[in-house]
Amino acid sequence: MPVTVELPKEKWAGKVREVTLGATPAEGGTRARMLTIGGEGTLPGLRFDGDLPHKPIIAIEIRQRKPEDWSPLLLKAWGTAIESPVEWAKAAEAAGTDLLYLALSMTTADGKPNTSDAARAVVRQVLTASSLPLAVVGPGQAEMDNELMVAVAEEAKGERLLLGVCEDKNYRTIVATAMANGHLVQSKTPMDVNLAKQLVILIHDMGMPLERIVMDPTTGALGYGIEYGYSVMERLRLAALQGDGMTQQPMIVTPGEEAWKAKEAKVGEGVPAAWGDWSARAVNWETTTATALIHAGADVVVLRHPDSVKRIRALIEGLL
Amino acid sequence: MALTGLEIYKLLPQTNCKECGLPTCLAFAMKLAAKQAELKQCPYVSEESKAKLEAASTPPIRLVTLAGEDGKLEVGNETVLFRHEKTFYHRPGLFIRVKDSDGVPSIQEKVKAADSFKVDYVGIPLTVDGFAVESASGDPATFEAAIKAVREVSKRPLVLMSSSPEAMAAGAKACAGTSPLLHAADEKNWEGMVALAKANKMPLVVRAPTLEKLAELTDKIRQAGVEDLILDPEVVGYSDTLMALTQLRRLALKKNFRPLGYPVIAFPRTGTNGKVDQVVLAAEMIAKYASLIVLDRFDPAEVYPLLVLRQNVYTDPQKPIQVQPGLYEINAPKDDSPVLVTTNFSITYFAVSNEVEGSGWPGWLVVADAEGMSVLTAWAAGKFDADRIAKAMKNTGMEGKVKHRRVIIPGQVAVLSGELEETLPGWEILVGPREAVDIPNYLKAMWK
Ligand code: B12
Ligand code: SF4
Repeated sequence: MPVTVELPKEKWAGKVREVTLGATPAEGGTRARMLTIGGEGTLPGLRFDGDLPHKPIIAIEIRQRKPEDWSPLLLKAWGTAIESPVEWAKAAEAAGTDLLYLALSMTTADGKPNTSDAARAVVRQVLTASSLPLAVVGPGQAEMDNELMVAVAEEAKGERLLLGVCEDKNYRTIVATAMANGHLVQSKTPMDVNLAKQLVILIHDMGMPLERIVMDPTTGALGYGIEYGYSVMERLRLAALQGDGMTQQPMIVTPGEEAWKAKEAKVGEGVPAAWGDWSARAVNWETTTATALIHAGADVVVLRHPDSVKRIRALIEGLL
Repeated sequence: MALTGLEIYKLLPQTNCKECGLPTCLAFAMKLAAKQAELKQCPYVSEESKAKLEAASTPPIRLVTLAGEDGKLEVGNETVLFRHEKTFYHRPGLFIRVKDSDGVPSIQEKVKAADSFKVDYVGIPLTVDGFAVESASGDPATFEAAIKAVREVSKRPLVLMSSSPEAMAAGAKACAGTSPLLHAADEKNWEGMVALAKANKMPLVVRAPTLEKLAELTDKIRQAGVEDLILDPEVVGYSDTLMALTQLRRLALKKNFRPLGYPVIAFPRTGTNGKVDQVVLAAEMIAKYASLIVLDRFDPAEVYPLLVLRQNVYTDPQKPIQVQPGLYEINAPKDDSPVLVTTNFSITYFAVSNEVEGSGWPGWLVVADAEGMSVLTAWAAGKFDADRIAKAMKNTGMEGKVKHRRVIIPGQVAVLSGELEETLPGWEILVGPREAVDIPNYLKAMWK
């Protein structure tokens, strides 16, 4: 006797906001394409409940200066390109990234504190070297972030850069300069649904349109607290679909940075033999972290290793 | 669906006779709802109520057990779609597949390597759960020999894979005394497979390409008397897998749809086009609702991250994994050995203790009660401050254990050193490195 299986469907009341990164010449920038993220009317991959107009995108993190403390595996993967942001940007583009994620440094090559001029110069060089949309984040120290971001925002006026990182203790300057120069902001909070909402509200209250805010709910690496971020992301996405307006921002996360901090990825010597081949394990660490986060609702994953990029690309293509 | 205390109360005799050991029927009902009592403690429940209560207490996803010669694996009995709603209970089993056609030496080599694989993750031993032996040859004798070969080198639970009841019978014989999972009954062979599962009291996989066909088949098989079932929806690729497994979980939990209220087995096969990758697909299956995952390859560099992901996703969100606060002695420390302070979050504790241990340095590790939080989280929450550290130093009696007066604090809380000089008078506060990996070099350079 044939059985009918009635599939339970969710009727979601809300959807994620669409946010567009990068501006083409027609829009006042110089990028070859614009990238729209968000717009989901359902959970990751579940097309039977609603629309998924845009796939998650991949960003590759590049640095203003060669990061001496990165795992030797990453240094090897990028070769000499890592010495120059211009070459690195080109290599990242060749590796198949959608977005370049440029992190500015605390110091310049001569060891002195970074300056607005140096920041302007590197952003200009990267914009010239690659026509991909760009995100730029400061070194993570409030005063320096503010100084550099103001310069960067002016230098790239109209490019619709994603600027960061806005945190609850330091967001006003970055938001103001992003608004004045036609950019977007990354709003970062430590793994908490209410804190994530609150910061979006604060940034929006300054006059920043919601269509220009991407939230970073923060993630931990596999084995180092990923479960907290994972659940916060699931809760944020469910709240967004249930219609809670201030949780409807697309989400950016940094599995590359987190995974490569983990000992499993970072070091190859003096670890148990059962951990397996270092290079394979390290890339698996990053890839597995990113996979879980895509399933939790990430719209942008910022990665570090070109092999992870390929594998996560295949997941994104296969999923949606 | 589980009933509330009041709903249960309505089904009890309501005479408050106390024979169940509780003062009232209502109290007993509350205990039942909290699963702290058993229905049989009340001698007076009517047959009708009993049936209702039993039906309601049947879990929406059946708990199924596989047993090897040593050790068993329980899967299923999940109650939520998202871990934050409560928790996921039964970690999916990770199995490694071997083919009988590979020949005994090659099978045993693969199984031995995977069977002895063990890593310690924050004090939790991570291992694979068992092996799937596939009858690729189609020959019952070869299948039987392969299973025997596997059992010679591993006592873990097995999955037997064959679509021929004849080969499966040989396989089941080779597994006497254990309870392997039989994979699989399908539209064509189900009667033969059911007979085997029944005769040997072994759990059985039901395989079909659509959910309708799957439900149809489980219905027939249940009526034929086999209840310990596992579903194989024959999914391939990222999208199909996610959609089918989500629908199965929803049907069971939201509709209480009995024919599909079973755990799911999934195969993250690489496929011929190379587009699907075993690790990425297995990671998806761990996050999204598989109960048994059969890997084609065994590679520690793949299995380790997958087992950690499984551990993380199945951790109870209500209880961070923590260790007991107190003093931990590493490598037999003496009165001139370094003293280090950290928090009692498991991940933090093990990151530090593994490094000190690996460095060969004897050391005293003082674990402060930071309510199971990492260094910075606890610091931000006010649970790892100068007072708490001083208290931990006092409670562990460090003053009497070492001659020197130097204590190393985590680099991430360097800001605490000023206050600590006040709360720990007489002690010199050394700021250690930010990351535990750098502890061995730090000790070499700084501890004279
Ligand atoms: C997971 C996490 C959480 C989890 C908690 C997990 C837990 N059980 O601790 C949750 C989600 C609950 C959480 C909550 C909060 N968090 Co939190 N959280 C994190 C996160 C992402 C990872 C922390 C972690 O697990 N690290 C891994 C462990 C192993 O690291 P660790 O303990 O530091 O140990 C390492 C080193 O310190 C060193 N080490 C440890 N001990 C020792 C000892 C010696 C002697 C030495 C030498 C070295 C050493 O070795 C280890 C390995 O290298 C970090 C951000 C990040 N990516 O780091 C934020 C972070 C720590 N959280 C932060 C904040 C602000 C909070 C909240 C206050 C936010 C809020 N209001 O909700 C709350 C506080 C908790 C509360 N009130 O209940 C901030 C702290 C900022 C600051 N500098 O003050 C951080 C840095 C995020 C950020 N950038 O804003 N958090
Ligand atoms: S034994 Fe049954 S009838 Fe008597 S008090 Fe307990 S629940 Fe009520």
